[in-house]
Amino acid sequence: MFNRRHFLKSGVGVATTLGATSLLPAWAQSASHGNMGHMHHSATEFDLHVSEFPVNINGRTGQAIGVNGTVPAPLIRFREGDDITLRVHNMLDVDTSIHWHGLLVPFHMDGVPGVSFPGIRAGDTFTYRFTVPQNGTYWYHSHSGLQEQVGHYGPIIIDPAGTDPVEYDREYVMVLSDWSFESPERIYEKLKTVSHTYNFQERTIPDFLEDANENGLSETLSDRAMWGHMRMSPRDIADVTGSTYHFLINGHSTADNWNGVFNPGERIRLRIINASAMTIFNVRIPGLPMKVVQADGLHVQPVEVDEFQMGVAETYDVIIEPQDDQAYAFVAESIDRSGQAVATLGPRPGMRAQAPELRAIPTLTMRDMGMNHGSMGHDMSGMDHGSMDHSGHDMSGGMDHSAMGHDMGGMDHSAHMASAPEEAGDWPVERPDLAVGPGVVNINAMPLYRLNEPGLGLENVPHRTLNYEMLRSLEPNPDTRLPDREIEIHLTSNMERYMWSFDGVRFADIREAIQMREGERVRVTLVNNTMMTHPIHLHGMFFDLVNGGGNHRPRKHTVNVKPAEKVSFDVSADHVGDWAFHCHLLYHMMAGMMQVVSVLPDAAGAARRDEQLRHMQHQGMDHSGHGQMDHSQHQGMDHSGHGQMDHSQHQGMDHSGHQMPAAEPEAAATQQHNHGGHHR
Amino acid sequence: MRLSLTLGLLLGVAAFALPAFAQHGHHSEREAPLWSQADEIWGEEVMEESRNALVHHHGRMATDAVEIHRFELQSREDEDVILLDGDIWYGGDINKLVVKTEAEYSLDHSEFEEIEVQALWSHAISPYLDVQAGIRHDFEPDGLSHAVLGLEGMLPYRFDMDGAFFLSEEGDLTAGVEVEYELMLTQRLHILPRAELGWSAQDIPERGTGEGFTNGQLGVRLAYDIVREFAPFVGVEWQGSLGETENILSAAGEDTEQTVFVIGFHAWY
Repeated sequence: MFNRRHFLKSGVGVATTLGATSLLPAWAQSASHGNMGHMHHSATEFDLHVSEFPVNINGRTGQAIGVNGTVPAPLIRFREGDDITLRVHNMLDVDTSIHWHGLLVPFHMDGVPGVSFPGIRAGDTFTYRFTVPQNGTYWYHSHSGLQEQVGHYGPIIIDPAGTDPVEYDREYVMVLSDWSFESPERIYEKLKTVSHTYNFQERTIPDFLEDANENGLSETLSDRAMWGHMRMSPRDIADVTGSTYHFLINGHSTADNWNGVFNPGERIRLRIINASAMTIFNVRIPGLPMKVVQADGLHVQPVEVDEFQMGVAETYDVIIEPQDDQAYAFVAESIDRSGQAVATLGPRPGMRAQAPELRAIPTLTMRDMGMNHGSMGHDMSGMDHGSMDHSGHDMSGGMDHSAMGHDMGGMDHSAHMASAPEEAGDWPVERPDLAVGPGVVNINAMPLYRLNEPGLGLENVPHRTLNYEMLRSLEPNPDTRLPDREIEIHLTSNMERYMWSFDGVRFADIREAIQMREGERVRVTLVNNTMMTHPIHLHGMFFDLVNGGGNHRPRKHTVNVKPAEKVSFDVSADHVGDWAFHCHLLYHMMAGMMQVVSVLPDAAGAARRDEQLRHMQHQGMDHSGHGQMDHSQHQGMDHSGHGQMDHSQHQGMDHSGHQMPAAEPEAAATQQHNHGGHHR
Repeated sequence: MRLSLTLGLLLGVAAFALPAFAQHGHHSEREAPLWSQADEIWGEEVMEESRNALVHHHGRMATDAVEIHRFELQSREDEDVILLDGDIWYGGDINKLVVKTEAEYSLDHSEFEEIEVQALWSHAISPYLDVQAGIRHDFEPDGLSHAVLGLEGMLPYRFDMDGAFFLSEEGDLTAGVEVEYELMLTQRLHILPRAELGWSAQDIPERGTGEGFTNGQLGVRLAYDIVREFAPFVGVEWQGSLGETENILSAAGEDTEQTVFVIGFHAWY
C-alpha cells in the first residue's frame, strides 16, 4: 500500500542526492538525460499522487505542490476513445482537484470543486473515469486554491483513433510555466496591497526626457498627462513579472537549459502548452519557421509563422524542420519582456543555443484603452445606441464567406480581410447596467476588432506572426447554425485595487449563473474594458471563434482577449452540466473574474438542434455561410449611430493619441500575414 | 475617563463597520443555489459546502496589510524628533477596517509629543476613492477624542491623498489633508514630494490654534526601494504655522517655522 511518509521521504532523498533533473518525468527531461523525442507510453489507468515536495528551480530549492513528485507532472497519454481511469490520491493536508483542461469529459468529472464535484479531501482518493471524443494536446492542473502556481500541472496527449493528419519523426512536449519562490498567497496579498509591486518597468523621468527629445516636449507632456489623468500606467502589462518569476520550459530555467535533439531534415512536432499561472508568452525559434498544425488540441490548416503569442492555458502544436547542423534557441518570452525561458533544440544532446537579448518593453497606447475617456469626466452616455438601425440585420442577405472558407489555397483574402477592422465599430455596446465604480475603472464605448493583430508587443516585429484570423480548422465545423441569441460579457477591472470581474461583478457576488439550454447555439461576445490581455477559458465545450473562417473556424477552449478588444465566439450548448468559465490568469480568477455556465437539459432543444443539423447536411454546405456571418456584414445596418457621439465633449484633450485605427495599414498587414498563412 | 469614551467610540465604529463585513456571508442565505447540477451526483450537502468555499475564494478573500509611510528621524533646529506615520488595515475590496497612527517622540525630552490613533471604517465609493469614518484619539498631548469623516485615495495625475474632518469631543471642528506624489528617477529611486495642510473652523486656545489654516508642511524625500516593501529615504521638509495660529505662536514668542532634515524609511507588509 502506498504510504505517505514513505513517499515523501523517498521524494526528499532523491532530491538531495540526484539533483533537479531526477525530479522530472521522462518527457520533461533533456536529451542530455535521455529524452530523444520518442514517447509512446499510452495507457488507460493512471495513479496520480498529489503531495508537497521540494523542487530545484534555477539552482534554488523551493516547495512545490504537484503530482507524483515532479514539476511539471507526468505526461498522461492515451488513445482517443479509450476508457480512462485516473485515481488521484490526495496526500496533502488540504483539498485538491484535477481539471482536465480542454477535455470534453462528463461535467461531474471536470474537476472544479464547487462546480462539478466537491473536491478531493486530504487523504482521500478520487477516481476519475471518462471517455473523450477527441485527440490532441491538452493539459491538466489543480483547480483548488492557488496550487496551480506551485507546480500542480502536467501535459496530456490523446493519440487519434485513426491516422494522425500530422506527420512527424520526433515529438517534444514543451510545457511553459512560471515559478516564484514567494508563496502564491503572498503574491496575491501583495497585489491587493500594492498592485504594481512587481512592475519594475514603469516609465521614468529619464524616459520622459528621452521621449521629449524624440517626440517633442508638448506631445510627451500631453501623453504623460493623459495617462496620469486616468491614473493608469501604459506599462501595466503583466501583474506578476520576471521580478519574482523564474520562467520555465519543462521545469527548466534558461540556466538549466532544457535541450532536445533532432537529425537535420527531420520533422519535429512540438506540443507547446502554456501552463503558467500568470504569464502570456511570445514563442519563437529564431531562424526556424514554425508550422502551426494544432490549436487548443484541435487540428488547424497548417500555417507557417515565425512567432506567436500564447495565452495562459492555450496549446499550440507546431512542426519544425531544421535543416542545418546547429543549435536553435526555443524562446518563451513573457509578454511584458520582463523575462524569458530559453531551451535548446540541436543535433546533439547537451547543446546550448545562444539566448537572445530581451526585446524592448512594449508600451500600451490610447488604443488599448478602447477610446472611452469616461474616467476623465467625458460623458459618453450621450451616444445614442437607439438610433442605430438594427432592423437591417438581414440574415439572409449576408455575404457568403463559406465559399472562400473551404479552399484557402492561393486565394486572395485581402478583400474580405480589409473589411475586418470595421467589425468593431459595428457592434454597439449595449450594457446600460454596467457602470463605473470601485471595481470598474473603464467602460469601452468603442471596442476594437483585433483578431487580425498578433498581440501586444508583436505588432512591429520583423517577421511573420500568428493572429487568430489566420487559424482555420482542418475539419469542417460540426455545427454551423446561426446563433439563436447573443450574450455580451464585459471583462472589467480596477488595477489599482486589484479587482477583476465579469460585468463588474466579482464571482463571489453574482446573482445568477450564465444559463444555456441544451441544443441552443449561443454567440458569446466578450468586451475587454481593461488594458490587459485575458485568456478566457470555457470548460466543457469548444467554441467557434468568429474570425471569418466560414465553416472552418478555429474551435478553441481558451481565447486571448486583447486590451480594448471585442471578440465573439459561437458555442453549441450540447454538453449538459455546470461548467466553469473564467480568466485563466490565476490571480484574476481568484479576484473574481469567473462565472459558471449552466447548460440545462432540454430534450426538445436537443431534438430541434439535431433536426436543424440534419436539414443543413441535406442542403449541402451552402448554408454554413450564414453560420459565420458577422455583424459587420449586416449590410442594412445604419452606421450613422456613430455620428451621434459628440466628440466635442472631449475638451482639451489631445485627440491625436486615440485615432480610430486606419483601415488601410491594418488591412495591408493582415493581407501580408494571411498570405503566409495558408501555404501547405 | 477619556479612554473609556474612546473605547466606547471604537465599539461604535465596530458596530457600524461589522455589518459591512457581514456581507461576506454565504450563498446559503439565498433561496436556491445558483447552479446545482452536480448535487444529484455527489449530494446536496457536500456540494453546498464546496460551492460556498469556491465563491468565497473567488472575490471575497479578505487581506490585511501593515504600512509604515514614514518612520523617520527629524532633525529640527532645536531638537530631534522621531516620527511614525503608518496604518494597518484588514478587509476586502470594498470595506476595510483601518487603524492609522501618527506619533512624534522627542529624543531631547524623552517623551511623546504626539500620539494620534484613528480607527476607521473605509468604504470604496469610486474607482480610486474611499470614504472613511470613525474615531480618533489623541493619547498625547491632551487625550482628546474626535469623530472622523474623511476621504482617501488617488486623485487624477496619481496624487495620493488622505484628508479628513475631525470633530472633537469639545465640539471643535478641524481638518487635515496630505498629498503625496511619486516621481521615478529609476525603477527603484523615487522623489517623493509631500504636502500637508491643517485647518480649523474656530480658535482653540488650549491648543494654541487659530481659526483658518493652521499649519503646513512641504517636503521632498528621495527614496530607494531596496525591495518594494522597504525603502529608506532622506529628505528635507519645511514645517510652519499659518494664519491666526502663526500670530498666536509669534505672540507667545515661539518659532513659527522651521526646516528639518529627515532620514528614515517607508515599509509595508
